[in-house]
Amino acid sequence: MSVAEKVKEIIVDQLGVDAAEVNPDAKFVDDLGADSLDLTELIMAMEEEFGVEISDEDAQQIQKVQDAISFIEKKKGE
Amino acid sequence: MTLNRVVVTGLSAITPIGNDLATSWANLVAGVSGAAPITRFDASAYDTRFACEVKNFDEKPFIAAKLAKRLDRFTIYALSAAMMLMEEAGYKIAPEEAELVSVLIGCGLGGLETLEATHTKLLEQGPSRVSPFFIPTMIANMAAGQVSIATGARGSNVCTTSACASGLHGIGYAYSDIKLGRAVAAICGGVESTITPLAVGGFNALKALSTRNDEPTKASRPFEAGRDGFVMGEGCGLLLLESLEHAQARGARILAEVAGFGASGDAYHMTAPPEDGSGMALAMKGALREAGMAPTDIAHINAHGTSTSLNDACETKAIKTVLGEHAYKVPITSNKSMIGHCLGAAGGIESVVSVKTIVEGVIPPTINHETADPVCDLDCTPNVARKQAVSSVLCNSFGFGGTNASLIFKAFAQ
Repeated sequence: MSVAEKVKEIIVDQLGVDAAEVNPDAKFVDDLGADSLDLTELIMAMEEEFGVEISDEDAQQIQKVQDAISFIEKKKGE
Repeated sequence: MTLNRVVVTGLSAITPIGNDLATSWANLVAGVSGAAPITRFDASAYDTRFACEVKNFDEKPFIAAKLAKRLDRFTIYALSAAMMLMEEAGYKIAPEEAELVSVLIGCGLGGLETLEATHTKLLEQGPSRVSPFFIPTMIANMAAGQVSIATGARGSNVCTTSACASGLHGIGYAYSDIKLGRAVAAICGGVESTITPLAVGGFNALKALSTRNDEPTKASRPFEAGRDGFVMGEGCGLLLLESLEHAQARGARILAEVAGFGASGDAYHMTAPPEDGSGMALAMKGALREAGMAPTDIAHINAHGTSTSLNDACETKAIKTVLGEHAYKVPITSNKSMIGHCLGAAGGIESVVSVKTIVEGVIPPTINHETADPVCDLDCTPNVARKQAVSSVLCNSFGFGGTNASLIFKAFAQ
């Protein structure tokens, strides 16, 4: 499974949204109905899945689905 | 100040013998036990390896998937039961009266399942892995909180916590809210879900649980000679209470009236009641006093009846202290013989059953009655349900810490 697919799967699971809604430009808060607690837990789930650390500063930059995918891909490439 | 009469206009329950009230009631009357080997965790190392678990409960009709993930099992039960309650009672809270609708849902322990899982994660993976939802998911008042969010009730929003009397205290104080005019309606009762390693380990350490592992369905035997402890249960029982005026104004179906509430403390010991059952007697006397009823007006008692040696002997003494000779003429029953001891949910579920007993004119039995215990010599409605008109029920709940509550329901008459 690619990073993008796995990230989408985590988002569907954590936010209880339809997979069809999780397109690259979807914003977590505005489009997918996440609140601040949801976002914190989403970040934690990605950290756990991919074995990476996401700092609070980095987490604040992750606002839409593609941000998360790009961030994880970059981290994994390092 | 005018005091309001308070009536019961809705009931709901999720129990180890039924995922709704209709099923639970049918099984109670049929004498079905909900005890079975524990499935929630590997209990092979425990002295007690069985319990009364709620079985195959599906919250999907009541709770959206995303929300359900954020809730401990006890809140899932309470929120689902509240949805069933409002549906059954045909009551939708109008925004203009929302501030006069209370939610008082008792809970003895809260989200132990969440606490234990999170603590394991903390030890294994460190503090950064603790979920932001951990605290809100675990706290015992989240059941009341979620019910408020879902129904729009904006009056008192409280979790009463008094161990195994939590549920009955919730109903008692909801009754007070309405009687005093602080509320026109209340969603109240009790909930618990703690069939977890820590809770079973803790109650085993106290030697409070039955260890009849080879015969789980025979283990809960309140007021019987062979009783060796209680059987852990879980679930939720909720009532909709309304002022009589409010109920009549909306044309609600009135099931029973709440006649009086009594609460007391033992001032004695952390876990044991005084042997004369004097604290329990105070609660029962208090309920009679508020109801303005004589002991002979009590037609039936839905006992705490835990199936521990001490509770059942002390409760028998206390009932005799309060009712005198009349005690021998009053059928008592312990629902715990079938649903186990549902802890904070006990008073909620057993109040629901008490009202149902009045409505149906059937007293559920105390099952597993084989050998009489001379110190428990009251009529415990042994083994078989009894068809009998019931004009009033005294419902008892007692808890660790030496806390006692008694509530009287009576048939409604203009």
